[in-house]
Amino acid sequence: MKTILKSAAAAAVLLSFASVAPAQAAGIGACLITKTDTNPFFVKMKEGATAKAAELGVDLKAYAGKDDGDNEGQVAAVETCIADGAKGILITPSDTKAIVPTIQKARDAGILVIALDTPLDPIEAADQTMATDNFQAGFLIGAYAKAKLGDAAKDAKIGFLDINSKQVTVDVLRDQGFMKGFGIDVKDPNVIGDEDDPRIVGHDYTDGNPAGGRKAMENLLQINPDINVIHTINEPAAAGAYEALKAVGKEGQVLIMSVDGGCPGVKDVAAGIIGGTSQQYPLLMASMGVEAIKKFADTGEKPGVTEGKNFFDTGVALITDAPVEGVPSIDTKEGLAKCWG
Amino acid sequence: MAKAQEFEKVLEQSDMSAASFESHIKSPLEKAQHFLHSSQAAVPLIVLILSIAVFGILVGGKFFNAFSLTLILQQVAIVGIVGAAQTLVILTAGIDLSVGAVMVLSSVVMGQFTFRYGIPVPISILCGLACGALCGFINGWLIAKMKLPPFIVTLGTWQVFNATKYLYSKNETIRGQDIEAQAPLLQLFGIQIKFGGAVITLGVIFMVLLVVFLWYILNYTAWGRRLYAVGDDPEAAQLTGIRVDRMLIAVYTLSGLICGFAGWVLIGRIGSVSPTSGEFSNIESITAVVIGGISLFGGRGSILGMIFGGLIVGVFSLGLRLLGTDPQWTYFLIGVLIIGAVAIDQWIRKVSG
Repeated sequence: MKTILKSAAAAAVLLSFASVAPAQAAGIGACLITKTDTNPFFVKMKEGATAKAAELGVDLKAYAGKDDGDNEGQVAAVETCIADGAKGILITPSDTKAIVPTIQKARDAGILVIALDTPLDPIEAADQTMATDNFQAGFLIGAYAKAKLGDAAKDAKIGFLDINSKQVTVDVLRDQGFMKGFGIDVKDPNVIGDEDDPRIVGHDYTDGNPAGGRKAMENLLQINPDINVIHTINEPAAAGAYEALKAVGKEGQVLIMSVDGGCPGVKDVAAGIIGGTSQQYPLLMASMGVEAIKKFADTGEKPGVTEGKNFFDTGVALITDAPVEGVPSIDTKEGLAKCWG
Repeated sequence: MAKAQEFEKVLEQSDMSAASFESHIKSPLEKAQHFLHSSQAAVPLIVLILSIAVFGILVGGKFFNAFSLTLILQQVAIVGIVGAAQTLVILTAGIDLSVGAVMVLSSVVMGQFTFRYGIPVPISILCGLACGALCGFINGWLIAKMKLPPFIVTLGTWQVFNATKYLYSKNETIRGQDIEAQAPLLQLFGIQIKFGGAVITLGVIFMVLLVVFLWYILNYTAWGRRLYAVGDDPEAAQLTGIRVDRMLIAVYTLSGLICGFAGWVLIGRIGSVSPTSGEFSNIESITAVVIGGISLFGGRGSILGMIFGGLIVGVFSLGLRLLGTDPQWTYFLIGVLIIGAVAIDQWIRKVSG
């Protein structure tokens, strides 16, 4: 038995050496490293990248962290890509600061690094960033909520259902964007919670899932039962919040705004559960990323940025079936055609 | 009777009292130690009552009203049910890290069987419960028959069940509105019962009935006493004729089945079937068990303590939120409670005389 185990271990060691040895295949190698491979957003991203890679003849390998915030997993993935001789890396960084030295190693090795969805900190640490403008995503739903309420907006009671208490970049941008859109003085736009507008009831945390959304909504209702507008970090959190409202008979009395544009979320907009949501386009991010790597490998040319921004904006659109004047939006039919997850 | 024989005569001068343990007057502290040793759910119950009182004073009416207090029950229902499963396992000196994964996998099976294959809802629910029991059986078989440590087995199956859940569901959420329209039975445990300001869900009632039922089984049936015996000293239990293997497999299977029910209750609570839920249920359930004064070394503790432990966490979470503190303080204080609970457990175990 012992010898069997020993030889199995030896074989495993050999195999792992074999897999890190640079595979100098003729084609262009590229890596996609997502935060997780369980979130439908990243599943869709992988789908878009894989399809585009097959079309352009790029050899794409996909990696993912174990969960949101798993930096070690992503570091290992980048190192594997360097060893693999990839030409380009597409990454949605879990820890936007901690991954930077490793990204630098990849760039030193002549690899084009494109941050998808989430910018690195500093943003110049990547060759290019292709992302949703999350501040704009928040701004759109904030502006919509303000217009929808009309005169009542000045007496609104607003609850914020964020991801967690860690002030994650995406969370801060959407939260502060919403406030800006609603006409709230955000003070420091990099910090949630330094505002003193009396219309803010509070911030609570959802972990971006329905169970967390329900609990956070229950907590905020305990703080102030007169809440009539909520900002939610994503649609699963919004769905949980709706359950909490339904449980106290307040469904339909609270305007729920959200961000993401996943298919279940867009359906919730169509059903009137969510008032409106800002849709983002992960498939587009990924396919454009693969195209950029192909172009870089062929010509050495690096991709540019959107005018007036320090990243390439892959677009965001407000989805609602009850449009208001002054805030551009598309309807749920169009949203459903473009949704993911 | 005949006259006493010669050698028996000396008996009259000897000590005639029956053999007995030496007793001495106990100090109040020792009395408390004895009381806590004999009524194991007392410490968490006292802490629970104190914490409700403290938050009632600090926060006032917003906390200390029927709605808020029953809201805590609703928020604790899932942890309470999973904690019941965890209690059974921990009483056998085991641990189950896979409880949350089993719960969500079961709920995913119930949802996907209904919506992907169009299987009638009651059958899908049975399949989900069976899935939970099967997961538990796998754990129990590996532990009892392969003689692997419970921590390692469930560390492994936790990953396996989690991955299975994601692979099978593709992490797709089934919307609450679809369930409401087509399969309302899945949301059964979300049904509310109101009296005055108090709101109780069927999920809460299920949790209470389950715990009372298990409490009875554990204390007043032969099976329950055997479970304690196995946890206290498996070798002694084996020698008294208890089939420890079978016992362990039965306990883990039952634990899995309870997690299956927790999955059903979870659908009622969040409305939808969401594969990302319940990621920390294993830690939360172990926390409830430990704060509830159940010994991680097995064989000692009351399932009622687990419920009080879960409620203490619920009271702290809501109370601190209403006070407006940073949520990190909740985790901080729960950490302190865990260490305090285990320290008290160690002290009570030293009871003597």
